[in-house]
Amino acid sequence: MSDTTLPPVASSADTTPSEKRKTSLYRTDALTRKRNAAEARFKAYGITAIVIGLFFLVVLASSIILEGIPAFTRTIVQVEFTITEDQFEAAEQELFKTRAYEGFFIASLEEQLRQKGIDAPFDSDAIERLVGKTGGTIREFFRENQDLLGQPVAFELAASSRVDGYMNGRITRESIVDSRFLMKSDLYIVDALVEAGVIRNAFNWNFITGADSGVDNPGGAGIGASVVGSFFMMLVVLFLSLPIGVAASIYLEEFAPQNRITDLIEVNISNLAAVPSIVFGILGLAVFIQFMHLPQSAPLVGGLVLTLMTLPTIIISTRAALKAVPPSIRDAALGVGASKMQAVFHHVLPLAMPGILTGTIIGLAQALGETAPLLLIGMVGFVARGYPEGLIEGFTDPNSAMPAQIYTWAARADFAFYEKAWGGIIVLLVFLLAMNILAIVLRRRFERRW
Amino acid sequence: MNEMPHIDKAAEMTDSKISAKQVQVFYGDIHAIKDVDIEINPRSVTSFIGPSGCGKSTFLRCLNRMNDTIDVCRVEGTILIDSEDIYDPKVDPVQLRAKVGMVFQKPNPFPKSIYDNIAYGPRIHGLAANKTAMDEIVTSSLQRAGLWEEVKDRLSEPGTGLSGGQQQRLCIARAIAVNPEVILMDEPCSALDPIATAKVEELIDELRENFTIVIVTHSMQQAARVSQRTAFFHLGILVEEGPTQDIFTNPTDKRTQDYITGRFG
Ligand SMILES: Nc1ncnc2c1ncn2[C@@H]1O[C@H](COP(=O)(O)OP(=O)(O)O)[C@@H](O)[C@H]1O
Ligand SMILES: [Mg+2]
Repeated sequence: MSDTTLPPVASSADTTPSEKRKTSLYRTDALTRKRNAAEARFKAYGITAIVIGLFFLVVLASSIILEGIPAFTRTIVQVEFTITEDQFEAAEQELFKTRAYEGFFIASLEEQLRQKGIDAPFDSDAIERLVGKTGGTIREFFRENQDLLGQPVAFELAASSRVDGYMNGRITRESIVDSRFLMKSDLYIVDALVEAGVIRNAFNWNFITGADSGVDNPGGAGIGASVVGSFFMMLVVLFLSLPIGVAASIYLEEFAPQNRITDLIEVNISNLAAVPSIVFGILGLAVFIQFMHLPQSAPLVGGLVLTLMTLPTIIISTRAALKAVPPSIRDAALGVGASKMQAVFHHVLPLAMPGILTGTIIGLAQALGETAPLLLIGMVGFVARGYPEGLIEGFTDPNSAMPAQIYTWAARADFAFYEKAWGGIIVLLVFLLAMNILAIVLRRRFERRW
Repeated sequence: MNEMPHIDKAAEMTDSKISAKQVQVFYGDIHAIKDVDIEINPRSVTSFIGPSGCGKSTFLRCLNRMNDTIDVCRVEGTILIDSEDIYDPKVDPVQLRAKVGMVFQKPNPFPKSIYDNIAYGPRIHGLAANKTAMDEIVTSSLQRAGLWEEVKDRLSEPGTGLSGGQQQRLCIARAIAVNPEVILMDEPCSALDPIATAKVEELIDELRENFTIVIVTHSMQQAARVSQRTAFFHLGILVEEGPTQDIFTNPTDKRTQDYITGRFG
């Protein structure tokens, strides 16, 4: 078989016998050409792979930004008007007091439009659909600031999320279906308000600082409460998993004897890292909530569950970092009479520190984005609804976490929440980016200290 | 300490610094050192030679119990230093290693400053009461290691930035700094160029006045140059041991003869 194929190859190579011995370096031979071609092909594959990767990254980033940015702005209706003391007294006598205030609001809005020569028919129902029940807000304000009666006061009222949607193009005149939230005819009013310049876009601080709202008020939903929830969870995770993880790794790597038991432990730690996070969630539900009776939906429990999940990651990366420290350093320390512990803590650990920190932060970042186990222990968005005002504080108050909040929003029927979910993802990504930058900075810092 | 007479030949010595009897070392099932008996004289240089893998390093590491750090390693027999059994359960290996220092094959300075490299040992053993005393120890250790002139202006620079030969002398200085009585050196020059090697050899010759030195080397010339006594190991057995002169000029064993004439190894 080989005898039949060999002759042609050989004959082509030594057509001139003298040339076979003295081949010129100027002429690349067939084998080299083949090798070079293979190398060029491989480079092309690599570049293609990177380009595809970058393409998806750009698509992902741009769609997140495009979809999410509207969540950070809100439409504000700005109306300036004056209520005299007589009007105030009169309104307070009425049976439907807030109705009266709403009347003032509408009247002054109409007045403002008329001054600019714009005429739009609207009634109190339409105004309610656009900016909500304004009367209560106004009454509240004047009851608290009676000294401002008789003076012009500028009111900034948040428009409903439907108006937001219309303003940023999510809702169009064609797509709108009349509902109790927004009628087609209301859009004429919005157009008029825009023309009069009383509507404008403002940064939505409530989205950053607020808590989740009810399912019927997407405009009032904020991610702030769940940021705080995530923060408390991360504190728990950091302060439990870092010391436990590092101590366990140091023991396993530097002190533990090599035997069946430690082998078994090692295998199990590696396996734990691959256990689906929802398993940790149900474990947390069974152990921390049902058995230990810790409060449901609390960042403390969430933190404990995520600690369990993060530990294998931290142990594996810490052990890798310890393994990477050259054994000669340990020998050197032991050689001058350092104890094993001194050798580890004075020499090995500082050298392993960049790796340990990187691993820890990556573990934390994973934990920060983890959703499934939180759903099982009840850390879903709606819990925060009991606290419409301000933020939820502490380890044991029921709260949500960023990814769980995003999940809750994405799951809601109202399309306006969809935008909030994207906005939440931006906030989450900002935190993850910050953590990664921190990891890089810390690594640089520690590495420079050779 | 300094008025010790210059010792040239071990014959003058009455009792030995290190005395090993029937030492066996096992790595799991591998019997790496078999029935080794050896006496090592104080304030002299003893070299271990032999083909690689014959157990020189293994035996050397028994002398300061560095083998304890290897899980599978088991040592049997007795090793006495100053008539004390270093494998006695009462002996703390950490304390032993302060008395029996070690210099390794590959220079392994700590990734710290030159100053801290030297100061680390004295610091953990509490040898210096204050900064001045520590400065004194660092200076004298570097001087004794013949490195002072080269590094005195850059004590705060990393020890890892020195040349290979300087690093090895730094490691020797580091070993000296804790004031040991015995210094073990495992092929200290194998990673160095000839000029750096010459400097280290010179240093070893000077250190002999104050320390008992055991050096593993695969260079027979080096053994001949620096040591007073030489031990030849082969396949885990101590084949022959005696004054360096005799081993090289008049070996009694056939295997020693073959090795030094370059027939194997
Ligand atoms: N850590 C170890 N584990 C198992 N076997 C070892 C270990 N270190 C050395 N050995 C074995 O012990 C024998 C002697 O090795 P060593 O003392 O390093 O020789 P030398 O220093 O003379 O070259 C060799 O056969 C080697 O394979
Ligand atoms: Mg060796």
